[in-house]
Amino acid sequence: MSQKKYWNGLEELNSTAAQQQLAENEFREELPLDMGDKLFGATTPRRDFLKFLGFSTLAATIVSSCEMPVRRAIPYAIKPEDIVPGIPNYYASTFADGGDYCAVVIKTRDGRPIKIEGNELSSITKGGTSARVQASVLNLYDKTRLRQPMADGQEATFEAIDGSIKEAIAKAGGQATYILTSTIISPSTKDIIAQFIAKYPGSKHVVYDAVSYSGMLQANEACYGKRTLPSYNFEKAQTIVSLGADFLGTWLSPIEFSKSYSRGRKVSAKNLKLSKHYQFESNHTTTGACADHRATCKPSEMGAIASALYNAVVNGTQPALSSPKLNELVTKAAADLKKGNGLVVCGSNDVNVQTVVNAINDKSGANGTTVNWTVTSNNKQGIDSDMVALCNAMAAGQVGALIMHGVNPVYDYYDAKKFTEALAKVPVTVSTADRMDETAQKCKFVVPDHHYLESWGDAEPKPGYYSLMQPGISPLFKTRAFQDSLLSWAGASTTYGDYWKQYWTSKLGGQDKFDKALQDGVIEPAGDMASGGASFAGNVSDAMSKIQAKKGGSGIELVVYQSVAIGHGGAWSNNPWLQEMPDPITKATWDNYACLSPARAKQLDAELTGQNEIVAAKKVIRVKSGNYELLLPVVVVPGMHNDVVAISLGYGRDAKVGRAAANTGKNAYPFLTYNGQTFDYTTDVTLEKTTEKPYEIAITQTHMSYEGRPVVHEYTLDEFSKDPEVLLKEREKEIGEFAHVPWQEEGKESKAEKINAEEMEKGFRANGTMYPVYEHPGIHWGMSIDLNTCVGCGACVVGCMAENNVSVVGKEHVMLAHEMHWIRIDRYFSGNPEDSDSIQTIFQPMMCQHCDNAPCENVCPVDATNHSSEGINQMAYNRCIGTKYCANNCPYKVRHFNWMDWNGADCFDDNQYEDGRRDDMNDDLTRMVLNPDVTVRSRGVMEKCSFCVQRLQEAKLTAKKLGRPVKDGEARTACQMACPTDAIVFGNMNDTESALHKLRREEQTERTFYVLEQLHVLPNVNYLAKIRNTEEIVGANEKTDEMMNKHI
Amino acid sequence: MFRGLAHSALALVIALLFCNFSAIAAPDGKALFMSNCASCHNPLKDATGPALQGADQRNTKEWIYNWVHNPPAILAAGDKHANELKAKFGAVMTPFPQLSKDDIDAILKYVDDYKAPVAAAPAAGGTGQPQEDNTWVYTVVTIALLTLVLILWRANNALRRIANEKSGIQNEKPIPLYRSKLTIAIVAIIAFIMAGYWMVNGAVNMGRQQNYQPLQPIFYSHKVHAGINQINCLYCHAGAEKSRQAMIPSSNICMNCHKQINEYSGDKDHPLVTAEGNHIDGTKQIQELYRYAGWDPAKKDYNRDAKGNILATPIKWVKIHNLPDHVYFNHSQHVKVGQVQCQRCHGPIQEMDEVYQFAPLSMGWCINCHRQTQVQFADNDYYKIFEKYHQEMKDGSRKGVTVEEIGGTECQRCHY
Repeated sequence: MSQKKYWNGLEELNSTAAQQQLAENEFREELPLDMGDKLFGATTPRRDFLKFLGFSTLAATIVSSCEMPVRRAIPYAIKPEDIVPGIPNYYASTFADGGDYCAVVIKTRDGRPIKIEGNELSSITKGGTSARVQASVLNLYDKTRLRQPMADGQEATFEAIDGSIKEAIAKAGGQATYILTSTIISPSTKDIIAQFIAKYPGSKHVVYDAVSYSGMLQANEACYGKRTLPSYNFEKAQTIVSLGADFLGTWLSPIEFSKSYSRGRKVSAKNLKLSKHYQFESNHTTTGACADHRATCKPSEMGAIASALYNAVVNGTQPALSSPKLNELVTKAAADLKKGNGLVVCGSNDVNVQTVVNAINDKSGANGTTVNWTVTSNNKQGIDSDMVALCNAMAAGQVGALIMHGVNPVYDYYDAKKFTEALAKVPVTVSTADRMDETAQKCKFVVPDHHYLESWGDAEPKPGYYSLMQPGISPLFKTRAFQDSLLSWAGASTTYGDYWKQYWTSKLGGQDKFDKALQDGVIEPAGDMASGGASFAGNVSDAMSKIQAKKGGSGIELVVYQSVAIGHGGAWSNNPWLQEMPDPITKATWDNYACLSPARAKQLDAELTGQNEIVAAKKVIRVKSGNYELLLPVVVVPGMHNDVVAISLGYGRDAKVGRAAANTGKNAYPFLTYNGQTFDYTTDVTLEKTTEKPYEIAITQTHMSYEGRPVVHEYTLDEFSKDPEVLLKEREKEIGEFAHVPWQEEGKESKAEKINAEEMEKGFRANGTMYPVYEHPGIHWGMSIDLNTCVGCGACVVGCMAENNVSVVGKEHVMLAHEMHWIRIDRYFSGNPEDSDSIQTIFQPMMCQHCDNAPCENVCPVDATNHSSEGINQMAYNRCIGTKYCANNCPYKVRHFNWMDWNGADCFDDNQYEDGRRDDMNDDLTRMVLNPDVTVRSRGVMEKCSFCVQRLQEAKLTAKKLGRPVKDGEARTACQMACPTDAIVFGNMNDTESALHKLRREEQTERTFYVLEQLHVLPNVNYLAKIRNTEEIVGANEKTDEMMNKHI
Repeated sequence: MFRGLAHSALALVIALLFCNFSAIAAPDGKALFMSNCASCHNPLKDATGPALQGADQRNTKEWIYNWVHNPPAILAAGDKHANELKAKFGAVMTPFPQLSKDDIDAILKYVDDYKAPVAAAPAAGGTGQPQEDNTWVYTVVTIALLTLVLILWRANNALRRIANEKSGIQNEKPIPLYRSKLTIAIVAIIAFIMAGYWMVNGAVNMGRQQNYQPLQPIFYSHKVHAGINQINCLYCHAGAEKSRQAMIPSSNICMNCHKQINEYSGDKDHPLVTAEGNHIDGTKQIQELYRYAGWDPAKKDYNRDAKGNILATPIKWVKIHNLPDHVYFNHSQHVKVGQVQCQRCHGPIQEMDEVYQFAPLSMGWCINCHRQTQVQFADNDYYKIFEKYHQEMKDGSRKGVTVEEIGGTECQRCHY
């Protein structure tokens, strides 16, 4: 097996006593049972036992003699033509949150949306989704949503509000009316805003993005004369250099970028082409984890690195940066960029840094090849200085009315206090927020907008690339589309629905074309996306001198970042699915915290000790900048720069945002500063020890321990290309002796030079066990997961929750390791925790492996878990009596026990656990999101991944009705469909034409491995080894790999 | 080997038994009439459409073919008879382009030969009635025998005692029966076993409702519709072939026919009587339907609100067939793919005035059927993937494939 040492947390690396204790314990908490030596001396006396026995007998008797309730079957009074009860309908639509764009397909059952899938017809997102897109359906059923318009905090009617707003705007006279929105990519909405402005001359539209790309927009305007963003082609790029841009997690358009990035990362023994990814960053992002080369720096040094890279590319100058690793990587990256097909992206919001980045792309020939200026990108349009000017105008009393849509500046503006005060000076303030968020509370009128699943609409993420939005349900509450509100305030008599239809019918030329477009969801130019450059006219030397002039301090710097799950905040903060999704790197849930490097944490007494790593309680420190300070718990993150502290945005919300959002974490937006041109997301801070009570953070990674058994395989591209059989040889060492039955010794002698993986697996299957081999006469389901393209984004985790009614358990229970996720993404570090540049990180999605020789099956005393003839490890919830033997015997730790009645499935109220953060999940409204095809599990039963058996059954039934076998690709799991990088392939191994069969047996045989294969559990899930395009895979050598030697 | 043979023989016998349903297919014309025409036409009486008997004498065959295939075309051509029909019945017939001329001939032959059903003799001990029960006879005999045993035993004891006294042996002080340890032990064990048996059975039967026959908001007789008038089940339960739910029809489906049929005229032949023996006025029940459907029989139109929406309210039927929430059952899998007749699970539904639950709907009942029933192995290409079974069938070592053999008794076929 692999000699590399991977650790899932510092505690495991250092193997603290507490960690060992944890790994050995079956349960996280003390069990409420007396485990004394003597049966009769036990403190649970015989009498109690008899009492319980008597009670349960009586209870059973009473229950069994109860009458059955009368149930009603109520058909439609008049059945809608297109709804057949029990059969889902699909509608193509568009997800647009600010500028975040995804073409989606809504799955509705009996008229209610229950699942979001990606729309594969879109050439931008290509069927990919993100965790937020997957979770957006839960926001529709959010109990905190406003149910009617509000005026001065009181319930009101649209008519009354419309009257007063129209009157107020008309009366405003000299004072201007402003419309303040986040980025709008809807062409029809822009039209309506233009109409409104035309109706009220002097009114203005200001675009403000909470997480701004103003620096890029302004730099592009200066360099190319276009205030817009280019499209990036990560697929074509051979060298990708990212200066702090988390383009796979949060930067600009992660779904689109993940899709195209992953296409350049699919390597095989036959096709050894692999892009090279350099990442320079301050904190540890998921993009950094995927990088081939990674070096850390202080955020203030990003400009210097850009300049050094520019000089290295243009003049071949040797860089002189703060660390040798930075110098080395800049030199290497420059050399690679010069080979052509390079691409540099930068996450900085500084105009000068972006100007230098533009210059590098221009000089290295990326402009026009990987950076596309012919088809640009509309994803972000906010200009920071406009927003600051608006705030000043408001403070000066020059604003008569302010209409806010999709923004929440009272929460996320850098100087929220000033904005709040200025807001009070505006006579008429209107918010279209869907809930009483921080800004809506301060507004005179709140006219709630529809959820996107209730609205008509459109999007233009790139010029000429359109996407239509159609509702999956009629509005649940008395809400009104923002566009309808604007139309009515502008005095138009049409509704937005009619306007929109008219707009598109005339634009597309006819009803037929409109219908087709609505069905497809997207309207795009034919053929590949046009590509081309723009002439560069930026002033590089000026930008570089400005960068040089702005030297960073010598102290600690703060980076505020968007978490992959919650993002900028908004309604997402109140989404329990997202709150409980572990962060890809820290694996923490339900909170934000101060990320620190191990060495820095040690200085603050928050170093790795049993106290701080295993126990959820974290030391609290004070993070203090010039004008703001926060008390935050410390989470130690290997791979953080030593002088950097990172805090995520979107937390610390007002209680009225919702129960899940309230009391989670702290607000980091006030750390932002304005540099006269753009917002700065980094600042100088000081860190102080405090004597505060430790704060508990629920971190999941150490919950399921393999006790150090190696589970991932990773090679450099060099190793792999020299010997493509390197992994096969390792596997043969493990299982080769079983590959031939004894009476076939001859076969062994005449073994060919090349290892035949199929023969090896077949022999191992038959010969390594005393149990009979399962037959799979018809279908044999299997799954393959590519570790090279998994970026750890968590879309699969949330997609699985939505599809399979996976429970949210709340922070308290995550701390007890009671989380229910059927699929988790294990994150392993390797390298020296003291040296942030040496850290390599790998993601491994882990779910039930559906072993054909499953250890869980033969320990179940009631046969509740058993094997199907299609290779599925089945779980019959109603048979399960909750002994948990299966979970104990599962080597992959993928089984989850229902410690509580998470879903209100029991009739006994007391079984429900009260946790304010997740209570709303059991609300009648929220329960509308449940998938009616999947049983809601009750307390006391085990559950785990089912390979989305309901989808497989559906695919089989459809095929049976059509009288033909299931075609490859008809049965797809939720995680597979959610994945933005196509890392998951699912199919029938008995079908030699299936993608899975081809992958395992032809295309990727050399990279295929099974986790813990040597245990002979015969998993039906295989992984493809990670290949990094780098010089070495760090990690300890065999001798120091104590954990492996100790356990195996 | 022997067991296998026995199994397959058993399976074959049972399969043959059940094949009866599908094997005795109705004559072509009847089936076609029932599935296509019966919802609007009666052979003898005018309904939504005209009575069909003698239609081929009233019109030429060619005219009928054209009319069935495309009525609007004939109307458009200004045909006099067609326009008379339209005026009389107020609606134009749905086109049936899928019916061939042979099909139409068969239908015409069926309606011409059709005779009004003779009033059925009152059913003696109908199928729904329980079987004669002999338990009480056995009970009386058992009790009598037990009493006899007891008397004999006491007599025997008394005699022995007298004999002992005579021969001078001292008798032990007799222990009364109720204080004998043996008696107590036996009674305790029996009580324990009985209680356990009763409890376990009670628990197993929890939630099962075989023979459940609730009162419904409208006295809807399946016998009148599916039995006497032979309306195809799928006409109303259209979901049975498509979806997991068979679907209870919405009231606008009822109104397709009941716009015309506004009274129950079969009271003489088939009086409607509830299980309790109350007589039901069928016409009143139709009026009840109108109330739900929002139909004004006087106006011959729906009541509508200001926006033109029909003012209908759904009928709150009482659900009879209840499966637990953790069971996934799909009608289309059984009806469309498995070609199972409705009656196999729902019983003689065409005989029921009031529907009751025919089958126990227990898991054992499901599993038994899955073990015994053969899938449409040769007819459905889906099963092509089971190469091994196909090979065995070719060899002759296998006659058919049961649901169980393709995994139909595995947990996650129904529980997920």
